[in-house]
Order: sequence, then structure tokens, then C-alpha cells
Amino acid sequence: MVKEETFAFFLGCIMPNRYPQIEKATKFVMERLGYKILEMEKAACCPAPGVFRSFNKADWMVHAARNIAIAEKMDADILTVCNGCFGTLQEVNKRIKEDETLRLKVNEKLKLLGDYKVNGTITVRHIAEVLGYDIGPWGIEDKIIRKINARVAVHYGCHFLKPTKIREIDSSEKPTIIEEFIEALGVKSIPFKEQLTCCGAGGGVKAYDGNASMTIFSEKMVNIDEVKPDFILDICPFCHLQFETGQDYLNQNQSCNYDYPVIHLSQLTAYCMGMDQEFIGLQYQKMGRDFLFGEKSTEEGV
Amino acid sequence: MSDNVEKYIKRETKESISNKISEKFVDAGLEKIRACINCGTCTGGCPSGRRTAYRTRVAIRKALTGDESVLRDIDIWLCSTCYYCYERCPRNIPVTDMIIKLRNIAVEEGFILDAHFGLADKIFYETGHGVPANGEGNKKWRDLRESYDLPPLPPTVHSYPEAVEECKTLMKEVGFRDLMDNAKELKEERAKEQEKEEEKADE
Repeated sequence: MVKEETFAFFLGCIMPNRYPQIEKATKFVMERLGYKILEMEKAACCPAPGVFRSFNKADWMVHAARNIAIAEKMDADILTVCNGCFGTLQEVNKRIKEDETLRLKVNEKLKLLGDYKVNGTITVRHIAEVLGYDIGPWGIEDKIIRKINARVAVHYGCHFLKPTKIREIDSSEKPTIIEEFIEALGVKSIPFKEQLTCCGAGGGVKAYDGNASMTIFSEKMVNIDEVKPDFILDICPFCHLQFETGQDYLNQNQSCNYDYPVIHLSQLTAYCMGMDQEFIGLQYQKMGRDFLFGEKSTEEGV
Repeated sequence: MSDNVEKYIKRETKESISNKISEKFVDAGLEKIRACINCGTCTGGCPSGRRTAYRTRVAIRKALTGDESVLRDIDIWLCSTCYYCYERCPRNIPVTDMIIKLRNIAVEEGFILDAHFGLADKIFYETGHGVPANGEGNKKWRDLRESYDLPPLPPTVHSYPEAVEECKTLMKEVGFRDLMDNAKELKEERAKEQEKEEEKADE
């Protein structure tokens, strides 16, 4: 049986190694909500669905299964805050559960490492899904100590919702899970053109052709800039990285003048639950360093 | 119609269609590619194709007709795997999976891009992470972690050298290492051949 109210926290790569503030905020939020968060020792890269799956899909699955096996040993569902990690682990986990032949094949390889085996006993969860559905806007209300009054551009990213057949979370054309949740935090999502398109980072595009990645991204920014949000809200450290470095790139190379703070759902929720502004860590990011939740937006006591 | 119409109307025709690529799709359980009617819905919704020369339906068409130039074409590497094509395909084809399969075949044949090879060969193979925090250049990230009261290196493979070895073993055992080495070899061979040809042309 999987332990209840407990998660094996899958860190991935970009969050722990570039944005530890998201890691800290996630632990803060989950622990305050009463969950036990366990470290997944020896976990590796998920591996990234863009680059590594593109080399060989079977190999990609085995490496992902190694990570899943670590969580199975801990008897805990996996929690991830990244769309890429979620994309990989959720899909592979689902296939392992449904396809016995595949499970046997994967275990054959894992056996070579010793004590690794997948049985298909756990579930892989994304923090946006846990907050949006398990806790819900109805449940967060009495857990927060302040609301912030802000208008934001919500960026879902791609792999959290799609493919809908595999993820089974929300519509990919008109999702509302994040909008409904953040409304309870006082935050209003303002729709913008082509809101659900890709940030341009995935699929190995950013690694291979920075230019192509930036052209896709620049269009995204034009659409966001049209509605002038207080900040950009994402649920994925790779999108986070793209929004951060991308704005910087456009400012330097295309005489743009963007300075939209980029905030992960964990950071936003942590702030509303009482984490100090300083700990949210915008001062360590590239964009919106001076942004204060209390300043630009009127803080309301709850 | 007159028998000698060919004399007046010149048409380029393909002698036969090769199944070489689509058979690999069938082997991988992706026979659905044959349901493609080339309607272009995939291309219409593609955020990458809008800004680059990448046309999803062209790639799928080429795969179906066995036109191997698709494997050499850098276009298939411009897909950001956003899954719009997959979601919207009226024939219910998992289009993104098809593009991934094309990339897998391309890598098998040595068409791997330098940036991706470096990422796999140097970073992923050596550290177990795609974006690492070890090494000289990454000290600032370790410092940042410490300022958050987190250990300088996360409790992942980064903190367990034996786990990095495990990952390396796995990469060797599943054939990932061989795949990379083979791709590199093929790539170098191809570069040499091209050099020779260029020399010839200069003479």
C-alpha cells in the first residue's frame, strides 16, 4: 500500500540546480498542507522527454523506470513540480502499469543494477494537480494567511495536460485548473492570445537551435505584453528558465524592454501561506527582481 | 486519349514507394502512421512550424513514402513536442510520437546534432543530470542552494557517486552508450566523405 499524505519528491534537474527557491517553496507549501515530503535519494534526470526520448524511446523508458523504482521502494507516490519530469515519469509509469510485457522487459534491465524493480504500485503527480484537485480552491482558503491582488498571465506549458489521453487531467484547449485555484489566492488570470502554445524550449529545440526557440518565444512574449500582467505564472522550471533567459535575450538582442517577474505556482502559494517575500527568491532571478507582492498588488488580510 | 500523351506531358513519377521507414514504425507499434491522410491539421496548429521551415505533414508524408531525406533533414529537430498535432489529429494519430520515432531512426543512422550529442555524451552520461550543478562553473548555484539552507548538491545522483556509476551501467546495458558511439562514428565517416568530395570538386 502506498503511504497516504506522503510524497517522494522528485527534484529533477533544473529546479534543484538552478531554482532552489522553487524547491524550498514546494516543501514549505506541502509540509504546511500536512503532507510528508521524502527525498528521493540517488534519483537521476527523469530523463528529459525532448532530448533523451528522441535518441531512443526504449532506453528513455528504462532510465525513467529506475527513478520510479526508487519511489516504489519508499512506498510513496511521486511528486514533481516540472512538466518535463511529469511528462516522462507519468507516461512511463502508466505504460508500466498497463503493459506487463513492457514491465518484464524493463525489470530485466533494472535487475542488472541490483535492488531495482518496478511493480506499478505508485502514481506520479504534478503539484498543480495536487493543489488544484486534492487541496482545491475550497481547501486552500483556510490554509493561507494572505491574499494578493494581482492580474497574471498563466502559462500551463505543454506536458502537464498533453497528451490528454495519457494525462487525463483537464482539457488541453480550455483548461481551468490553475485559474480556479489561484482565484482563491486573490490572483486573477487574464487570458491572452495563443495562451496555451509552447514556450519554445521543449523537444530539444532550445538545446539545438537557440534562434528557433527564441522566435517561438518572442511571439509568446508579444502576446503576453499586450495584456500587461503583473507577473507570469508557470508550473514548470523549464518554462521558468525559458521565460527568464528569454526575456533577457530579447532585451539584449531585439531591443525589447521586458521585465515581467516569472513565478512558479509553488512560489506564489508559499507566499500566500506565509513564506517571506525574501525567500520567494525573485532577487536571485533575472527578471522582476524588485517586484514585491505587497507593493504592486494590494495585500489583503484574510 | 492518345497513346503518346507522355510525349507532351512530362510528369515526374516515383517508381515505387519504399517501406523502409514505415516498417520500422510498424515494428514499434506505430502502424497508425498509415492512417494519415495528409490533411495538414498537424501543421496548422504547430507553433514551431509557424516560425520555422518545419512542416509536420511533410515529415510524415516522407516517412510514409520512404523518402529517407527526412532523416537527414534538421527540420524534425525543430519540433518542441508540444503535442498540439497529437491532440488535434482527426485520424487520431499520435503525431508527436511519430516525430520522436523519426528522430530515433535518424539517430540510429548517425544523424545526431552536435548540441544533443554533447548533452548526452558529456553531461548526462558523466553526471546523470541533464542540467548539473557540479563542477567549477556551477559554484554559484551551489551557493544559492546553501543560502536556502539546502545542501549544496541535491540528494540525487549528485550526492552519490555510486549512483552515477549505476546510471552509466544502465546506459551501457540498454545500448544507449553504443547508440551514441555508433552515431558519432557514422557522423565522422560522413564528414570525411564529404571532405573528400569537396576536395575532388576543387580539383
